[in-house]
Amino acid sequence: MTTLLVLAAGVLFACGTYLVLDRQLSRVLIGIGLMGHGVIVILVLSGGDGGRPAFVEGEDVGGFADPLPQAFALTAIVITFGVIAFLLALAYRSWRVTDDDEVEDDVEDRRIVREAHRQPTKGSER
Amino acid sequence: MSALLALPILLPLAAAALAISVGRWRNAQRVVSVVTLVMTTITSVLLLVEVDRGGATSVQVGAWRAPLGITLVADRLAAIMLLVAMLMLLAVLVFAIGQPGAEDRHVGFHPVYLILAAGIAGAFLTGDLFNLFVSFEVLLMASFVLITLGGRRDQVRAGMTYVVISVLASTLFLLALAYVYAATGTVNMADLSSKVGELPAGVRSGLAVLLIVVFGIKAAIFPLFSWLPDSYPTAPTAVTAVFAGLLTKVGVYAMIRSQTLLFPPDTQPGELLLVVAGLTMVVGVFGAVTQNDVKRILSFHIVSQIGYMVMGLALFTLAGLAGAVFYVIHHIVVKTALFLVAGLIEVRAGTGQLARLSGLARLEPLLAVLFLVPALSLAGIPPFSGFVAKLALVEAGLGAERYVVVAVSLAVSLLTLFSMTKIWSNAFWGARPEEDLPVASPQIGAGRHALMAGSTGALVVLSIGVALFAGSLYELSERAAADLIDPSAYVEEVLG
Repeated sequence: MTTLLVLAAGVLFACGTYLVLDRQLSRVLIGIGLMGHGVIVILVLSGGDGGRPAFVEGEDVGGFADPLPQAFALTAIVITFGVIAFLLALAYRSWRVTDDDEVEDDVEDRRIVREAHRQPTKGSER
Repeated sequence: MSALLALPILLPLAAAALAISVGRWRNAQRVVSVVTLVMTTITSVLLLVEVDRGGATSVQVGAWRAPLGITLVADRLAAIMLLVAMLMLLAVLVFAIGQPGAEDRHVGFHPVYLILAAGIAGAFLTGDLFNLFVSFEVLLMASFVLITLGGRRDQVRAGMTYVVISVLASTLFLLALAYVYAATGTVNMADLSSKVGELPAGVRSGLAVLLIVVFGIKAAIFPLFSWLPDSYPTAPTAVTAVFAGLLTKVGVYAMIRSQTLLFPPDTQPGELLLVVAGLTMVVGVFGAVTQNDVKRILSFHIVSQIGYMVMGLALFTLAGLAGAVFYVIHHIVVKTALFLVAGLIEVRAGTGQLARLSGLARLEPLLAVLFLVPALSLAGIPPFSGFVAKLALVEAGLGAERYVVVAVSLAVSLLTLFSMTKIWSNAFWGARPEEDLPVASPQIGAGRHALMAGSTGALVVLSIGVALFAGSLYELSERAAADLIDPSAYVEEVLG
């Protein structure tokens, strides 16, 4: 079971990384969501193998699953949810102002590209 | 005593809620925010005095015992950072109230700003890695909103880069947390400090490097800095100033805290950090030299200056850490002041483009003075605070016989001075512009000008104060560094 979950986390990370490298913010967003899920799976796994539900009356303490990573995972899920909601709003805003949600180049990059294009033409005119 | 630790987090959060409920009256919001930040500043002064006298202090929230519960803890470093951060937040808030723009138009500015304050305080005061993650998320969430507050096209573009990079860093942080928990079974930093030592060397180094990458993205060290100069300049001035002064330094703080407390001396990655520090300084300052917009020049300088702090950390000696702590204090004050001056230039001349600025020294001699003091301080010219900070680091570097990085840091100082004189000679000297500058921007009242100039002036005076009281401040930094070198008192305070 643990091995299967490790594999699942790996697949989630791989797909997430692929999508994050895209230029469309909506795809980046799905990628971040997938990576977030991958991390949460690993977070749950960090408590070791599964066990019986914690804090149940009359049970032997030794067989409990570690509840602390589960608490971490819950907190992380809530935070990821908030961040994704904000990113969706940002992608929508981007679509409103530019008709697209593509992540544009850095201002500085664009300036350098312009300069690079200008230099050779200047030389050839001379 | 426990109230002192909890108040810097609880007060701004409660005040944020209050600020939303009085959202219809902007003046009421202003009173709420200013009063709250004054109170948290006073609290952090008391905390620093208390901690400096009696050593580290801690409180277990909800009375759950240390390795499991939520621990708030302050040692000298945390208390110093908290005080400086609260002073900056207060000064920038006053500037924002004076500045036409973001603060006027958006109901959300004050609540979000206060939440940012709570997040920053939480990051400094938390005693475990998971709550450090939560505090980071709180302050990042607030910063996402602040950086895109206007919703303009360039802000949305810059916001995308900033948000995506920050979220990826957070994802990596969570991954690092999972690994730390899987390896040791705890995330409490005091508890970790003994348990990490028992791990195999490879696992320890892996965790150390993963945490450096995570905090390095937030602190904008080489090669993880490229998001910073791209996203900071588009935000409203007040927002940029507080980000520039504080957010990257929260990353530096987290890096110092995790590397000194968690890892035993033999896994501290000094060599790696020294190389990174040198490259951060050089690449940052070269970036700054090629820019021609005031805010972009200053943004690249943040990167360059982070290199100095990392250098102090990388030496892992008492003098190095003391120099790094002192440098952080100096840098936060000076950098925030410089960004506020850049904001004043933009208000006065309508642009921050160097090509379109000229002769400001004749028009606004006071503004010229306000720029010159922190600019020379940043470059490390003798009477100012930057000189003392750099001297401390250079002496520490020489003491540790790390001559290359010392030489690099001195050369970078020279280039810093060069790019500061570039701003000075383009914007302040030269012929008085005839046509386009209005005598005084008509839409802003004198009161608002006074607020903006007053808060900037206060920071400049504070930076001179850092230089005047450099002796006692450096001794304080040395005591803070001694705590970092020998964390046994910290561990004992938390675990009891």
